[in-house]
Amino acid sequence: MNPQANPLLSVRGMTRTWDGVHGCRDVSFDLYPGEVLCVVGESGSGKSTLLSAVSHQTRPQAGSVWYDTRDQGFTDLAALPAARLRLLARTDWGFVRQNARDGLRMQVSAGANIAERLMAVGERQYGELRRVAGNWLHKMEIDVGRLDDAPVSFSGGMQQRLQIARNLVTHPRLVFMDEPTASLDVSVQARLLDLLRQLVTDLGLAAIVVTHDLAVARLLAHRTLVMRGGEVVESGLTDQILDDPQHPYTQLLVSSILQS
Amino acid sequence: MTTQQQAAVARDDHYNFGYLDESTKRMLRRALLKAVAIPGYQVPFGSREMPLPYGWGTGGIQVTAAIIGSGDVLKVIDQGSDDTTNAINIRRFFGRVTGVATTQSTPAATIVQTRHRIPETPLAAGQIMVFQVPIPEPLRWLEPSETETRTMHALAEYGGMHVKLYEDIAQHGRIATTYDYPVIVNDRYMMRPSPIPKFDNPKLDGSPALMLFGAGREKRVYAVPPYTRVKSLDFEDHPFEVQSWSEHCDLCGSRESFLDEIILDDAGTRRYVCSDTEYCNDRQARQRPDANPDEAAA
Repeated sequence: MNPQANPLLSVRGMTRTWDGVHGCRDVSFDLYPGEVLCVVGESGSGKSTLLSAVSHQTRPQAGSVWYDTRDQGFTDLAALPAARLRLLARTDWGFVRQNARDGLRMQVSAGANIAERLMAVGERQYGELRRVAGNWLHKMEIDVGRLDDAPVSFSGGMQQRLQIARNLVTHPRLVFMDEPTASLDVSVQARLLDLLRQLVTDLGLAAIVVTHDLAVARLLAHRTLVMRGGEVVESGLTDQILDDPQHPYTQLLVSSILQS
Repeated sequence: MTTQQQAAVARDDHYNFGYLDESTKRMLRRALLKAVAIPGYQVPFGSREMPLPYGWGTGGIQVTAAIIGSGDVLKVIDQGSDDTTNAINIRRFFGRVTGVATTQSTPAATIVQTRHRIPETPLAAGQIMVFQVPIPEPLRWLEPSETETRTMHALAEYGGMHVKLYEDIAQHGRIATTYDYPVIVNDRYMMRPSPIPKFDNPKLDGSPALMLFGAGREKRVYAVPPYTRVKSLDFEDHPFEVQSWSEHCDLCGSRESFLDEIILDDAGTRRYVCSDTEYCNDRQARQRPDANPDEAAA
């Protein structure tokens, strides 16, 4: 993280509430290329709302989100036409959902799931699509022989890895993850986190990871935001937050982790 | 069997000409004009209750009713056949409410209402094909939300459609979609050509006839104007191709037409016949010994 570098994403005073109360309020942060930011907090603290508002899946009601687009440079997302925003979301961003079923097409094969984004941006060579899909399965530590199997026949961990592959195939620079490991058992979680950490380093991905699990933050994140009641109560380097929490709520969170 | 123009059925003047009232027909014509102006774009219209159930051709009937004039000659086919229940009844319906002449001959018709086929006999300029469409939205299987599919059409986001073709090749080694094969009209809108076999897709491309599509239940009309480019989706290394048969028609011997397979007994004996009955009858008539020898040789 070079402090002189320009941020990839810059959020200023962003507010998005559903009823004036619930949601997230007055959130500001910068995200630099290759940086992983974890958003932690209890259920209902506005983590997922923050994610969907930053990615403009729901429009923020106040504040701004600026993103360093590949062709136009640093741009206010609110000023981008819908078509550009959708293209951005399909190519330069990735979305990993908590439940792999929400992020995958369950009725088509693993290969088709991975290749979908490539087809969406105009790749029309079947052989090439297949080759790339096979490579990604390999990278995700899934047997390439499963390329033509439907995701329903995959285990939860494999589905989650498939979902990640499907998102990374267009080489996005920013990935939004909503509780990527929450629905998996502990050993599978560990393996997925390991894989994620490796991918983030290898591909230089920036990521915003929403989680309620501080262990995920500890393992993956460079920086962490702690949210409570829709507001960011503490932010900073992950180690600093976990080892020396300042806000009473953060202290409570950290002290509630079982010490091994 | 006669392929001659049939005598006009007496018109029942308890009904307005063409069954629909004049303002409904005007509304439909407006929608159709818009559809022709934007090839492949689905135009919503106020679909009316028709005296037959949804799925039997309510969309096609309304389109035909809106465009038919007293000088028109109507042909109705169902699965390529002129003499199935659906075709006969729709023909008789228009005979009764308009009094126009009906025919089984493709060249003699000015309007051809169809379900599932485009006639083998090439269409000519000035003719109008009316298709009965069950589900007009090609993206529906991909995306259940109408708002979302409309946005996808607006932004021409059609990449996802190739997922289906990819899946076909992965599972079957070739593109196994055989009917309702998606097309891009005029290099812009993705269109569902109604459930015609993909064998008929090339007939849509650059056709001199006007093609109108009506979906009654879904309340949409769309069109392919004459001489419009219609491209079937494919991959560069798996190009679009139509069905072919190693057999020929048992009745007329045709090797070029779309063949229906008929299973004759439990032992698996089968024969193939043309799906387009008018084309088949015509060929058989020309092959009879008393026919003109020049034509029979052709």
